[in-house]
Amino acid sequence: MAGASGRHLLGIKELSAQDIMLYLNSAGSFKDILKRDIKKVPALRGRTVVNLFLEPSTRTRTSFELAAKRLSTDVINFSAPSSSILKGESLLDTALTVEALGADIIIIRHSSSGTPHMLSRHLKAHLINAGDGTNEHPTQALLDAFTIKEKKGGFEGLKVAIVGDIIHSRVAKSNVYCLKKLGADIRLVGPATLLPEEFRELGVSTTSSMDEGLDGADVIMMLRLQLERQGKGFFPTTAEYFRQWGLSKRRLEAAKPDAIVMHPGPMNRGIEIASAVADGDNSVILEQVTNGLAVRMAVMYHLDERKEQ
Amino acid sequence: MTKQLLDSKEIERTLTRISHEIIERNKGTEGLCLVGIQRGGVHLAERIAKKIKNTEGADIPVGSLDISFYRDDFRIRQPSVVSRTDMPFDVEGKKVVIVDDVFFTGRSIRAAMDAIMDMGRPALVQLAVLVDRGHRELPIRADYAGKNIPTSRGERVEVLLEEDGHADSVLLVPEEEAKDRDKNNRPGGEK
Repeated sequence: MAGASGRHLLGIKELSAQDIMLYLNSAGSFKDILKRDIKKVPALRGRTVVNLFLEPSTRTRTSFELAAKRLSTDVINFSAPSSSILKGESLLDTALTVEALGADIIIIRHSSSGTPHMLSRHLKAHLINAGDGTNEHPTQALLDAFTIKEKKGGFEGLKVAIVGDIIHSRVAKSNVYCLKKLGADIRLVGPATLLPEEFRELGVSTTSSMDEGLDGADVIMMLRLQLERQGKGFFPTTAEYFRQWGLSKRRLEAAKPDAIVMHPGPMNRGIEIASAVADGDNSVILEQVTNGLAVRMAVMYHLDERKEQ
Repeated sequence: MTKQLLDSKEIERTLTRISHEIIERNKGTEGLCLVGIQRGGVHLAERIAKKIKNTEGADIPVGSLDISFYRDDFRIRQPSVVSRTDMPFDVEGKKVVIVDDVFFTGRSIRAAMDAIMDMGRPALVQLAVLVDRGHRELPIRADYAGKNIPTSRGERVEVLLEEDGHADSVLLVPEEEAKDRDKNNRPGGEK
Protein backbone atom coordinates (compact mmCIF):
# COMPACT_ATOMS: atom_id res chain seq x y z
CA MET A 1 0.00 0.00 0.00
CA ALA A 2 2.84 2.36 0.67
CA GLY A 3 4.78 1.61 -2.50
CA ALA A 4 5.14 4.06 -5.35
CA SER A 5 1.56 3.11 -6.00
CA GLY A 6 0.86 4.17 -2.40
CA ARG A 7 -0.35 7.65 -1.66
CA HIS A 8 2.16 8.44 1.08
CA LEU A 9 5.90 8.39 1.64
CA LEU A 10 6.14 6.91 5.13
CA GLY A 11 9.49 5.15 4.90
CA ILE A 12 12.01 3.60 2.53
CA LYS A 13 11.35 0.20 4.09
CA GLU A 14 7.99 0.02 2.27
CA LEU A 15 9.42 0.99 -1.16
CA SER A 16 10.73 -1.25 -3.93
CA ALA A 17 13.94 -0.48 -5.82
CA GLN A 18 11.73 0.51 -8.75
CA ASP A 19 9.78 3.00 -6.58
CA ILE A 20 13.07 4.54 -5.44
CA MET A 21 14.42 4.80 -8.98
CA LEU A 22 11.30 6.65 -10.15
CA TYR A 23 12.15 9.45 -7.71
CA LEU A 24 15.87 9.39 -8.51
CA ASN A 25 15.32 9.41 -12.28
CA SER A 26 12.97 12.37 -12.14
CA ALA A 27 14.99 14.41 -9.63
CA GLY A 28 17.44 15.57 -12.31
CA SER A 29 14.66 17.36 -14.19
CA PHE A 30 13.68 19.16 -11.00
CA LYS A 31 17.30 20.10 -10.31
CA ASP A 32 17.44 21.75 -13.74
CA ILE A 33 14.60 24.06 -12.72
CA LEU A 34 16.64 25.25 -9.73
CA LYS A 35 19.43 26.39 -12.06
CA ARG A 36 17.14 28.56 -14.19
CA ASP A 37 16.46 32.24 -13.97
CA ILE A 38 12.79 31.54 -13.18
CA LYS A 39 13.10 28.80 -10.56
CA LYS A 40 9.46 27.81 -10.53
CA VAL A 41 7.08 25.64 -12.55
CA PRO A 42 3.28 25.54 -12.40
CA ALA A 43 3.17 21.74 -11.96
CA LEU A 44 1.22 21.73 -8.66
CA ARG A 45 -0.53 25.08 -8.98
CA GLY A 46 -3.54 25.30 -6.68
CA ARG A 47 -2.32 22.61 -4.29
CA THR A 48 -1.82 23.29 -0.59
CA VAL A 49 1.12 21.88 1.34
CA VAL A 50 1.26 21.96 5.14
CA ASN A 51 4.51 21.58 7.04
CA LEU A 52 3.49 20.00 10.33
CA PHE A 53 6.73 20.05 12.31
CA LEU A 54 6.32 18.95 15.90
CA GLU A 55 10.03 18.65 16.54
CA PRO A 56 12.47 21.50 16.02
CA SER A 57 13.91 21.66 12.51
CA THR A 58 14.93 24.54 10.34
CA ARG A 59 16.87 22.89 7.54
CA THR A 60 14.42 20.18 6.57
CA ARG A 61 11.39 22.40 7.00
CA THR A 62 12.95 25.15 4.88
CA SER A 63 13.89 22.62 2.21
CA PHE A 64 10.34 21.23 2.02
CA GLU A 65 8.89 24.74 2.04
CA LEU A 66 11.07 25.93 -0.82
CA ALA A 67 10.55 22.71 -2.80
CA ALA A 68 6.78 23.13 -2.46
CA LYS A 69 6.97 26.77 -3.54
CA ARG A 70 9.08 25.88 -6.60
CA LEU A 71 6.14 23.71 -7.69
CA SER A 72 3.76 26.67 -7.29
CA THR A 73 1.87 25.30 -4.29
CA ASP A 74 0.72 27.36 -1.33
CA VAL A 75 2.61 26.45 1.83
CA ILE A 76 1.58 26.75 5.46
CA ASN A 77 4.05 26.15 8.29
CA PHE A 78 2.68 24.68 11.44
CA SER A 79 5.27 24.17 14.15
CA ALA A 80 5.10 22.96 17.72
CA PRO A 81 5.69 26.07 19.84
CA SER A 82 3.07 28.13 18.01
CA SER A 83 0.47 25.42 17.59
CA SER A 84 -2.54 24.34 19.51
CA ILE A 85 -0.69 21.16 20.50
CA LEU A 86 0.49 23.28 23.41
CA LYS A 87 -3.11 23.93 24.30
CA GLY A 88 -3.71 20.21 24.68
CA GLU A 89 -5.11 19.31 21.27
CA SER A 90 -4.31 15.75 20.23
CA LEU A 91 -2.01 15.21 17.28
CA LEU A 92 -4.74 13.54 15.27
CA ASP A 93 -7.11 16.46 15.86
CA THR A 94 -4.41 18.86 14.72
CA ALA A 95 -3.83 16.81 11.58
CA LEU A 96 -7.55 16.55 10.83
CA THR A 97 -7.87 20.32 11.30
CA VAL A 98 -5.02 20.91 8.90
CA GLU A 99 -6.69 18.62 6.39
CA ALA A 100 -10.02 20.39 6.82
CA LEU A 101 -8.23 23.62 5.88
CA GLY A 102 -7.66 22.02 2.50
CA ALA A 103 -4.20 20.47 2.74
CA ASP A 104 -3.39 18.19 -0.20
CA ILE A 105 0.04 17.20 1.09
CA ILE A 106 1.02 17.10 4.77
CA ILE A 107 4.68 16.89 5.72
CA ILE A 108 5.06 15.53 9.21
CA ARG A 109 7.99 15.48 11.62
CA HIS A 110 7.48 14.04 15.07
CA SER A 111 9.66 12.76 17.90
CA SER A 112 7.70 9.50 18.15
CA SER A 113 8.44 6.66 15.74
CA GLY A 114 5.42 5.58 13.72
CA THR A 115 3.49 8.86 13.94
CA PRO A 116 3.12 9.26 10.13
CA HIS A 117 1.95 5.65 9.85
CA MET A 118 -0.72 6.25 12.50
CA LEU A 119 -1.91 9.45 10.79
CA SER A 120 -2.01 7.77 7.38
CA ARG A 121 -4.86 5.58 8.60
CA HIS A 122 -7.03 8.63 9.22
CA LEU A 123 -6.13 11.18 6.54
CA LYS A 124 -7.01 11.59 2.87
CA ALA A 125 -4.14 13.99 2.20
CA HIS A 126 -0.78 12.67 1.00
CA LEU A 127 1.63 12.28 3.92
CA ILE A 128 5.38 12.68 3.72
CA ASN A 129 7.48 11.55 6.66
CA ALA A 130 10.10 14.22 7.40
CA GLY A 131 11.55 12.21 10.30
CA ASP A 132 9.77 10.15 12.96
CA GLY A 133 11.70 9.47 16.17
CA THR A 134 14.49 6.98 15.59
CA ASN A 135 12.59 5.27 12.77
CA GLU A 136 13.05 6.85 9.33
CA HIS A 137 13.81 10.01 7.37
CA PRO A 138 13.00 8.83 3.85
CA THR A 139 13.60 12.03 1.86
CA GLN A 140 17.10 12.31 3.36
CA ALA A 141 17.90 8.81 2.09
CA LEU A 142 16.49 9.65 -1.35
CA LEU A 143 18.54 12.83 -1.63
CA ASP A 144 21.65 10.96 -0.48
CA ALA A 145 21.02 8.24 -3.07
CA PHE A 146 20.46 10.87 -5.77
CA THR A 147 23.76 12.54 -4.82
CA ILE A 148 25.57 9.19 -4.97
CA LYS A 149 23.99 8.40 -8.35
CA GLU A 150 25.12 11.75 -9.72
CA LYS A 151 28.68 11.30 -8.49
CA LYS A 152 29.18 7.57 -8.94
CA GLY A 153 26.76 6.71 -11.74
CA GLY A 154 25.20 3.71 -9.98
CA PHE A 155 24.99 1.64 -6.82
CA GLU A 156 25.82 -1.97 -7.64
CA GLY A 157 28.79 -3.10 -5.54
CA LEU A 158 29.53 0.44 -4.34
CA LYS A 159 31.26 0.44 -0.94
CA VAL A 160 29.44 2.78 1.42
CA ALA A 161 30.58 3.46 4.99
CA ILE A 162 28.03 5.00 7.35
CA VAL A 163 29.82 6.38 10.39
CA GLY A 164 28.71 7.54 13.83
CA ASP A 165 25.69 7.32 16.06
CA ILE A 166 23.89 4.63 14.07
CA ILE A 167 21.52 3.46 16.75
CA HIS A 168 19.78 6.81 17.24
CA SER A 169 19.88 7.79 13.59
CA ARG A 170 16.80 7.65 11.40
CA VAL A 171 19.02 8.96 8.60
CA ALA A 172 21.22 5.86 8.90
CA LYS A 173 18.23 3.55 9.02
CA SER A 174 16.58 5.01 5.89
CA ASN A 175 19.92 5.01 4.09
CA VAL A 176 20.56 1.36 4.92
CA TYR A 177 17.15 0.35 3.57
CA CYS A 178 17.59 2.48 0.47
CA LEU A 179 21.17 1.63 -0.50
CA LYS A 180 20.67 -2.04 0.28
CA LYS A 181 17.71 -2.19 -2.10
CA LEU A 182 19.82 -0.51 -4.77
CA GLY A 183 22.64 -3.05 -4.44
CA ALA A 184 25.33 -1.18 -2.49
CA ASP A 185 27.73 -2.84 -0.07
CA ILE A 186 27.24 -1.17 3.32
CA ARG A 187 29.47 -1.05 6.41
CA LEU A 188 28.33 0.61 9.60
CA VAL A 189 31.12 2.16 11.68
CA GLY A 190 31.00 3.56 15.20
CA PRO A 191 31.43 2.84 18.90
CA ALA A 192 30.02 -0.58 19.79
CA THR A 193 27.52 1.12 22.12
CA LEU A 194 26.01 2.94 19.14
CA LEU A 195 25.98 0.04 16.65
CA PRO A 196 22.69 -1.85 16.59
CA GLU A 197 22.94 -5.59 16.12
CA GLU A 198 19.57 -5.73 14.34
CA PHE A 199 21.07 -4.25 11.17
CA ARG A 200 23.19 -7.35 10.57
CA GLU A 201 20.02 -9.12 9.53
CA LEU A 202 19.77 -6.70 6.62
CA GLY A 203 23.10 -7.94 5.32
CA VAL A 204 25.34 -5.05 6.34
CA SER A 205 28.65 -5.42 8.16
CA THR A 206 29.57 -3.54 11.31
CA THR A 207 32.91 -2.54 12.78
CA SER A 208 34.21 -0.27 15.52
CA SER A 209 37.46 0.33 13.67
CA MET A 210 37.47 3.44 11.52
CA ASP A 211 40.41 2.31 9.37
CA GLU A 212 38.75 -1.01 8.67
CA GLY A 213 35.38 0.60 7.93
CA LEU A 214 36.77 3.21 5.55
CA ASP A 215 39.14 0.84 3.71
CA GLY A 216 38.50 1.23 -0.02
CA ALA A 217 35.19 3.06 0.51
CA ASP A 218 33.57 4.89 -2.43
CA VAL A 219 31.18 6.82 -0.21
CA ILE A 220 31.59 7.98 3.40
CA MET A 221 28.43 9.09 5.10
CA MET A 222 29.08 10.88 8.38
CA LEU A 223 26.28 11.22 10.90
CA ARG A 224 25.79 14.02 13.36
CA LEU A 225 26.81 13.08 16.89
CA GLN A 226 23.74 13.95 18.89
CA LEU A 227 25.39 15.91 21.67
CA GLU A 228 22.47 15.35 23.98
CA ARG A 229 23.76 11.75 24.18
CA GLN A 230 26.95 12.93 25.81
CA GLY A 231 27.42 11.84 29.41
CA LYS A 232 25.05 8.91 28.99
CA GLY A 233 27.80 6.34 28.73
CA PHE A 234 27.75 5.81 24.96
CA PHE A 235 31.26 7.29 24.54
CA PRO A 236 33.81 8.91 26.89
CA THR A 237 34.20 12.53 25.67
CA THR A 238 33.73 14.37 22.37
CA ALA A 239 37.52 14.74 22.06
CA GLU A 240 37.95 11.00 22.46
CA TYR A 241 35.10 10.44 20.01
CA PHE A 242 36.88 12.53 17.36
CA ARG A 243 40.14 10.62 17.92
CA GLN A 244 38.40 7.29 17.38
CA TRP A 245 35.57 7.98 14.92
CA GLY A 246 36.02 11.52 13.63
CA LEU A 247 36.81 11.96 9.92
CA SER A 248 40.19 13.65 9.62
CA LYS A 249 42.38 14.11 6.53
CA ARG A 250 44.53 11.19 7.60
CA ARG A 251 41.58 8.87 8.16
CA LEU A 252 40.16 9.78 4.75
CA GLU A 253 43.29 8.30 3.13
CA ALA A 254 41.99 4.80 3.85
CA ALA A 255 39.11 5.39 1.42
CA LYS A 256 39.40 5.51 -2.39
CA PRO A 257 41.03 8.74 -3.62
CA ASP A 258 37.80 9.75 -5.37
CA ALA A 259 35.56 8.85 -2.42
CA ILE A 260 32.80 11.31 -1.66
CA VAL A 261 32.17 12.59 1.87
CA MET A 262 28.57 13.22 2.87
CA HIS A 263 26.87 14.66 5.95
CA PRO A 264 23.14 15.28 6.46
CA GLY A 265 23.80 18.38 8.60
CA PRO A 266 23.95 20.16 10.88
CA MET A 267 27.66 19.36 11.31
CA ASN A 268 29.66 19.39 14.52
CA ARG A 269 33.03 20.47 13.17
CA GLY A 270 35.87 18.97 15.14
CA ILE A 271 33.66 16.31 16.71
CA GLU A 272 32.57 13.96 13.93
CA ILE A 273 34.26 15.69 11.01
CA ALA A 274 37.36 17.89 10.62
CA SER A 275 36.87 21.24 8.90
CA ALA A 276 39.58 20.36 6.39
CA VAL A 277 37.46 17.39 5.25
CA ALA A 278 34.09 19.12 5.43
CA ASP A 279 35.40 21.89 3.18
CA GLY A 280 37.74 19.65 1.16
CA ASP A 281 37.65 18.36 -2.41
CA ASN A 282 35.90 15.10 -1.51
CA SER A 283 33.03 16.82 0.27
CA VAL A 284 29.62 16.95 -1.43
CA ILE A 285 27.85 18.28 1.66
CA LEU A 286 26.51 21.48 0.11
CA GLU A 287 25.38 19.66 -3.01
CA GLN A 288 23.32 17.42 -0.77
CA VAL A 289 21.41 20.51 0.32
CA THR A 290 20.62 21.50 -3.28
CA ASN A 291 19.74 17.93 -4.20
CA GLY A 292 17.38 17.83 -1.21
CA LEU A 293 15.23 20.47 -2.91
CA ALA A 294 15.16 18.56 -6.21
CA VAL A 295 14.31 15.23 -4.58
CA ARG A 296 11.57 16.71 -2.39
CA MET A 297 10.05 18.33 -5.48
CA ALA A 298 10.11 14.95 -7.23
CA VAL A 299 8.45 13.25 -4.24
CA MET A 300 5.63 15.79 -4.02
CA TYR A 301 5.13 15.74 -7.79
CA HIS A 302 4.88 11.96 -7.99
CA LEU A 303 2.74 11.56 -4.86
CA ASP A 304 0.28 14.01 -6.38
CA GLU A 305 -0.16 11.53 -9.26
CA ARG A 306 -1.56 8.85 -6.96
CA LYS A 307 -5.31 8.78 -6.80
CA GLU A 308 -7.43 8.06 -3.80
CA GLN A 309 -8.22 4.39 -3.59
CA MET B 1 -7.65 -1.54 -39.86
CA THR B 2 -4.61 0.63 -39.31
CA LYS B 3 -3.88 2.81 -42.34
CA GLN B 4 -0.53 4.23 -43.37
CA LEU B 5 -0.73 7.97 -43.95
CA LEU B 6 2.92 8.65 -44.78
CA ASP B 7 5.77 6.32 -45.66
CA SER B 8 9.44 6.97 -45.08
CA LYS B 9 9.98 8.75 -48.43
CA GLU B 10 7.02 11.02 -47.85
CA ILE B 11 8.20 11.87 -44.33
CA GLU B 12 11.64 12.83 -45.68
CA ARG B 13 10.11 14.95 -48.46
CA THR B 14 7.80 16.69 -46.00
CA LEU B 15 10.63 17.51 -43.60
CA THR B 16 12.71 18.86 -46.50
CA ARG B 17 9.87 21.14 -47.48
CA ILE B 18 9.39 22.36 -43.89
CA SER B 19 13.14 23.07 -43.62
CA HIS B 20 13.01 25.22 -46.76
CA GLU B 21 9.94 27.05 -45.55
CA ILE B 22 11.59 27.83 -42.21
CA ILE B 23 14.63 29.36 -43.95
CA GLU B 24 12.47 31.28 -46.42
CA ARG B 25 10.06 32.69 -43.83
CA ASN B 26 12.89 33.77 -41.51
CA LYS B 27 15.06 35.08 -44.40
CA GLY B 28 17.99 32.85 -43.47
CA THR B 29 19.18 31.23 -40.27
CA GLU B 30 20.22 34.26 -38.19
CA GLY B 31 19.12 33.76 -34.56
CA LEU B 32 17.20 30.61 -35.45
CA CYS B 33 16.86 27.69 -33.03
CA LEU B 34 14.67 24.58 -32.88
CA VAL B 35 12.94 23.14 -29.82
CA GLY B 36 11.56 19.61 -30.09
CA ILE B 37 8.85 18.47 -27.71
CA GLN B 38 9.73 15.18 -25.98
CA ARG B 39 9.88 12.68 -27.42
CA GLY B 40 8.83 12.55 -31.08
CA GLY B 41 9.40 16.25 -31.70
CA VAL B 42 13.04 16.04 -30.67
CA HIS B 43 13.98 13.57 -33.40
CA LEU B 44 12.15 15.63 -36.02
CA ALA B 45 13.85 18.84 -34.83
CA GLU B 46 17.24 17.16 -35.21
CA ARG B 47 16.39 16.01 -38.73
CA ILE B 48 15.23 19.48 -39.73
CA ALA B 49 18.45 21.00 -38.30
CA LYS B 50 20.48 18.55 -40.40
CA LYS B 51 18.58 19.51 -43.55
CA ILE B 52 19.08 23.21 -42.88
CA LYS B 53 22.78 22.55 -42.38
CA ASN B 54 22.90 20.80 -45.77
CA THR B 55 21.33 23.67 -47.68
CA GLU B 56 22.56 26.71 -45.71
CA GLY B 57 25.72 25.37 -44.09
CA ALA B 58 24.64 26.80 -40.75
CA ASP B 59 24.49 24.92 -37.45
CA ILE B 60 21.09 25.45 -35.87
CA PRO B 61 20.96 24.73 -32.12
CA VAL B 62 18.38 22.10 -31.14
CA GLY B 63 16.81 21.86 -27.71
CA SER B 64 14.55 19.20 -26.24
CA LEU B 65 11.67 20.14 -24.02
CA ASP B 66 9.71 18.06 -21.51
CA ILE B 67 6.39 19.79 -20.88
CA SER B 68 5.20 17.66 -17.92
CA PHE B 69 5.38 20.57 -15.46
CA TYR B 70 3.29 22.81 -17.69
CA ARG B 71 0.48 20.48 -18.74
CA ASP B 72 -3.10 21.36 -17.88
CA ASP B 73 -4.10 17.69 -17.62
CA PHE B 74 -1.66 16.75 -14.84
CA ARG B 75 -4.57 15.79 -12.64
CA ILE B 76 -5.23 12.83 -14.92
CA ARG B 77 -1.67 12.02 -15.89
CA GLN B 78 -0.03 8.64 -15.54
CA PRO B 79 2.90 8.26 -13.14
CA SER B 80 6.06 8.31 -15.19
CA VAL B 81 9.60 9.58 -14.99
CA VAL B 82 9.98 13.20 -16.05
CA SER B 83 12.35 13.37 -19.05
CA ARG B 84 15.19 15.81 -19.02
CA THR B 85 14.73 19.20 -20.64
CA ASP B 86 17.93 20.07 -22.47
CA MET B 87 18.20 23.57 -23.87
CA PRO B 88 21.86 24.11 -24.80
CA PHE B 89 21.25 27.77 -25.71
CA ASP B 90 19.63 30.91 -24.33
CA VAL B 91 16.21 31.59 -25.90
CA GLU B 92 16.48 35.31 -25.12
CA GLY B 93 16.03 37.29 -28.37
CA LYS B 94 16.06 34.12 -30.53
CA LYS B 95 13.69 32.97 -33.26
CA VAL B 96 12.37 29.77 -31.70
CA VAL B 97 10.67 27.13 -33.82
CA ILE B 98 8.78 24.57 -31.74
CA VAL B 99 8.74 21.16 -33.45
CA ASP B 100 6.20 18.42 -32.68
CA ASP B 101 5.11 15.26 -34.45
CA VAL B 102 1.30 15.45 -34.19
CA PHE B 103 -0.70 18.67 -33.81
CA PHE B 104 -4.02 17.87 -32.10
CA THR B 105 -5.77 19.87 -29.36
CA GLY B 106 -3.03 22.48 -29.12
CA ARG B 107 -2.65 21.96 -25.37
CA SER B 108 0.88 20.56 -25.62
CA ILE B 109 1.91 23.58 -27.66
CA ARG B 110 0.39 25.94 -25.07
CA ALA B 111 2.40 24.11 -22.39
CA ALA B 112 5.56 24.30 -24.50
CA MET B 113 5.13 28.05 -25.03
CA ASP B 114 4.76 28.60 -21.28
CA ALA B 115 7.86 26.50 -20.60
CA ILE B 116 9.90 28.48 -23.15
CA MET B 117 8.67 31.83 -21.80
CA ASP B 118 9.91 30.82 -18.34
CA MET B 119 13.40 30.44 -19.81
CA GLY B 120 13.56 33.88 -21.36
CA ARG B 121 11.99 36.18 -23.92
CA PRO B 122 12.39 34.94 -27.49
CA ALA B 123 12.08 37.44 -30.37
CA LEU B 124 9.39 35.20 -31.87
CA VAL B 125 8.01 31.69 -31.55
CA GLN B 126 6.83 29.60 -34.50
CA LEU B 127 5.40 26.09 -34.75
CA ALA B 128 6.32 23.27 -37.12
CA VAL B 129 4.42 19.95 -37.10
CA LEU B 130 4.67 16.83 -39.18
CA VAL B 131 0.95 16.04 -39.04
CA ASP B 132 -1.98 18.36 -38.32
CA ARG B 133 -4.97 16.21 -37.43
CA GLY B 134 -7.38 18.97 -36.41
CA HIS B 135 -9.65 19.17 -33.31
CA ARG B 136 -8.04 22.28 -31.85
CA GLU B 137 -9.21 23.32 -28.37
CA LEU B 138 -7.12 26.49 -28.21
CA PRO B 139 -6.54 29.37 -30.66
CA ILE B 140 -3.18 28.08 -31.86
CA ARG B 141 -2.12 27.35 -35.45
CA ALA B 142 0.95 25.86 -37.09
CA ASP B 143 3.32 28.01 -39.14
CA TYR B 144 4.64 24.93 -40.93
CA ALA B 145 2.41 21.87 -41.32
CA GLY B 146 3.69 18.75 -43.04
CA LYS B 147 0.39 17.12 -43.82
CA ASN B 148 -3.20 17.97 -42.91
CA ILE B 149 -5.15 14.82 -42.15
CA PRO B 150 -8.85 14.85 -41.29
CA THR B 151 -9.43 12.46 -38.36
CA SER B 152 -12.16 11.65 -35.90
CA ARG B 153 -11.49 12.37 -32.25
CA GLY B 154 -11.21 8.77 -31.11
CA GLU B 155 -8.74 7.77 -33.79
CA ARG B 156 -5.04 7.89 -33.05
CA VAL B 157 -2.20 9.18 -35.19
CA GLU B 158 1.08 7.40 -34.54
CA VAL B 159 4.43 8.64 -35.76
CA LEU B 160 7.05 5.89 -35.82
CA LEU B 161 10.65 6.92 -36.35
CA GLU B 162 13.95 5.18 -37.03
CA GLU B 163 15.50 6.86 -33.99
CA ASP B 164 13.19 4.76 -31.82
CA GLY B 165 13.94 1.55 -33.70
CA HIS B 166 11.03 1.57 -36.18
CA ALA B 167 10.79 2.05 -39.91
CA ASP B 168 9.70 5.66 -40.58
CA SER B 169 5.95 5.75 -40.90
CA VAL B 170 2.83 7.69 -39.91
CA LEU B 171 -0.20 5.55 -39.08
CA LEU B 172 -3.89 6.20 -38.50
CA VAL B 173 -5.16 3.79 -35.83
CA PRO B 174 -8.95 3.35 -35.63
CA GLU B 175 -10.76 4.03 -32.37
CA GLU B 176 -11.43 0.41 -31.40
CA GLU B 177 -7.86 -0.63 -31.94
CA ALA B 178 -6.54 2.37 -30.03
CA LYS B 179 -8.72 1.44 -27.06
CA ASP B 180 -7.52 -2.15 -27.16
CA ARG B 181 -3.94 -1.01 -27.06
CA ASP B 182 -4.67 1.26 -24.08
CA LYS B 183 -6.07 -1.73 -22.25
CA ASN B 184 -2.76 -3.45 -22.77
CA ASN B 185 -1.21 -0.56 -20.88
CA ARG B 186 0.43 1.21 -23.73
CA PRO B 187 1.69 4.54 -22.44
CA GLY B 188 0.86 7.46 -24.64
CA GLY B 189 -0.55 10.94 -24.70
CA GLU B 190 -3.40 12.71 -26.37
CA LYS B 191 -2.21 11.96 -29.84
